[in-house]
Amino acid sequence: MEERQVYLDNAATTSVDPRVVDVMLPYLKEEYGNPSSFHMLGKNIKDDMHDARESIAKNLNVRPDEILFTSGGTESDNLAILGYARMNQKNGKHIITSKLEHHAVLEAFMHLERKEGFDVTYIKPDKFGVISEDSVLSEIRDDTILISIMYANNEIGTIEPISKIGNSIKKYRQENKKTFPVFHTDACQATGYLDLDVEKLHVDMLTFNGSKMYGPKGVGALYLKRGIKLQPLQFGGAQERAIRPGTENVAAIIGLAKALELVQENKEKETERLLFLRDKLIDGCLNGISKTRLNGSRDKRLPNNVNISFMDIEGEALLLYLDASGIYASTGSACTSASLDPSHVILSLGLPYEVAHGSLRFTLGQSTTSDDIDYVLKTLPPLVEKLRAISPVNVDEKYYI
Amino acid sequence: MSHKQDSIKGTKGDVSSHDKTKSWFYSDIVKDHFFNPKNFLLNEVDESQYNGIGKVGSPACGDELRVWLKVDKETEKIQEFKWKTFGCGSAIASTSMASVMITENDGMTLTEARKLKPQLIMERLGGLPQRKFHCSVLCDKALRDAINDYYRRTEQFDKVVVEASRIIDPVSKVTDHDIEEAVLEGATTLEKVQQKTKVGTGNPSCLPAVEELIRFYKEKYFG
Repeated sequence: MEERQVYLDNAATTSVDPRVVDVMLPYLKEEYGNPSSFHMLGKNIKDDMHDARESIAKNLNVRPDEILFTSGGTESDNLAILGYARMNQKNGKHIITSKLEHHAVLEAFMHLERKEGFDVTYIKPDKFGVISEDSVLSEIRDDTILISIMYANNEIGTIEPISKIGNSIKKYRQENKKTFPVFHTDACQATGYLDLDVEKLHVDMLTFNGSKMYGPKGVGALYLKRGIKLQPLQFGGAQERAIRPGTENVAAIIGLAKALELVQENKEKETERLLFLRDKLIDGCLNGISKTRLNGSRDKRLPNNVNISFMDIEGEALLLYLDASGIYASTGSACTSASLDPSHVILSLGLPYEVAHGSLRFTLGQSTTSDDIDYVLKTLPPLVEKLRAISPVNVDEKYYI
Repeated sequence: MSHKQDSIKGTKGDVSSHDKTKSWFYSDIVKDHFFNPKNFLLNEVDESQYNGIGKVGSPACGDELRVWLKVDKETEKIQEFKWKTFGCGSAIASTSMASVMITENDGMTLTEARKLKPQLIMERLGGLPQRKFHCSVLCDKALRDAINDYYRRTEQFDKVVVEASRIIDPVSKVTDHDIEEAVLEGATTLEKVQQKTKVGTGNPSCLPAVEELIRFYKEKYFG
């Protein structure tokens, strides 16, 4: 067996850019002070943290005081959704999201629905995973206070028309002279490739994190537009305007800012490079292996995402075979999830369970080369054929043609 | 043998921890059967070659398994056990292992084969992660289905054992089989089984029976 490692799971997490590590290290060593302390060691760090906040704000085209640091994407999503809904429920208890959100959004909505008496509308995407602005607008009611739609999907890479949705929500508010519904987007998968200018996106809250963009794990941020009130999820000191108290994770915050700076600087070039590799992998699978389908949209797609269903086989089995060949991917199959349910994202496209069970996700990244893609395209077909030989299943061709 | 898997002896023992505090993976034996499955049918099936055919599951539920048996009519021993499966690593490995266990030493008799417990297959595999346990339960079900098929073909109807499911909650139409599945998927308390099945939510009078079944299946599968 060839001794090669090909990491194609960058939507799960990325490696940390060495330049990010470099800027973080001093804060794990000599610069250990608490930014809240009133002495030089603390104050210096407070200044550095402010610089980090400013750098992030610049990339989002917002003011520094509109950026809150959190422990990651999940916390940012939870804080935005639970915090806003609880604080503003006097205005109404209807909230809207989509069926293909990340669990950090979906579970928060489901909690509000089950335990706190909110009424939730889950918008079904079209068969490519796209949520149109009309499908959102048509669900808005007088008592709708919050809408959350992701910027780009983590499983199928579909890019949602956030700017259009945001604009129509804004218009609705203006026409009805209301301050709500507000619009939140989870942009965790988008940071490396898409424009984060909040003015253009027309969003009121935006989530992103470090671990999907070559930054550290365990840190994220929430853009919170001035004037929007959230109920905190935790209580303590006055850090992050007391909306998110707790001594700051300084090293990670410094790393987060650097990581965002680097990926945003390089996003056009990297997009162009990955588009070529992505399409090579997609075409190689679809043309080289029978009974396959691309899940998600071909053109409204992140440049690093390939999600393909291999009919008649089960994703986990294929994942294990690939793993043995040094190729690291991910599956929407139930077998690797704790819940034993297959991917809710693939199911939301209107596809049956057997297609979801056979789905495999390859997410490319900075380290991906053309040789890596060649290696995958050489390794994959015989493994698929081997598992198909064992399989008694014959999925209806209407699902892959 | 406990389903609570400790680390596995072997050159690269790596099944660990049922409680997800550590990563889990498959034992060397599981991997051998997964990467080099035994006794599966490679090509199209000539069903006239077999006298007992069984099937369980569907691709929609994540696993489908079919088995073909060749039973010696004199001895009622299983001479051949061939299979095909759509499923994850442990489904493939456990079916492969079952096929070996059933046909080794001249083959099991049908009576012996019917008693083949999922636990025995697991033991021979060196253990499976707890949440993978339902996969190996599948292959003994397909086997019993095939044994019944053989008895029907040979007109020994008195030996056919029907494992029909029984409705426990007439309101939610939840059956004992649904509860069995829920327990196998790790729902070992009434609350968790209710989360999975909705049993008794509109009909609390059935709850004592449900609790009894949960205890029964917990005992059966997890000792």
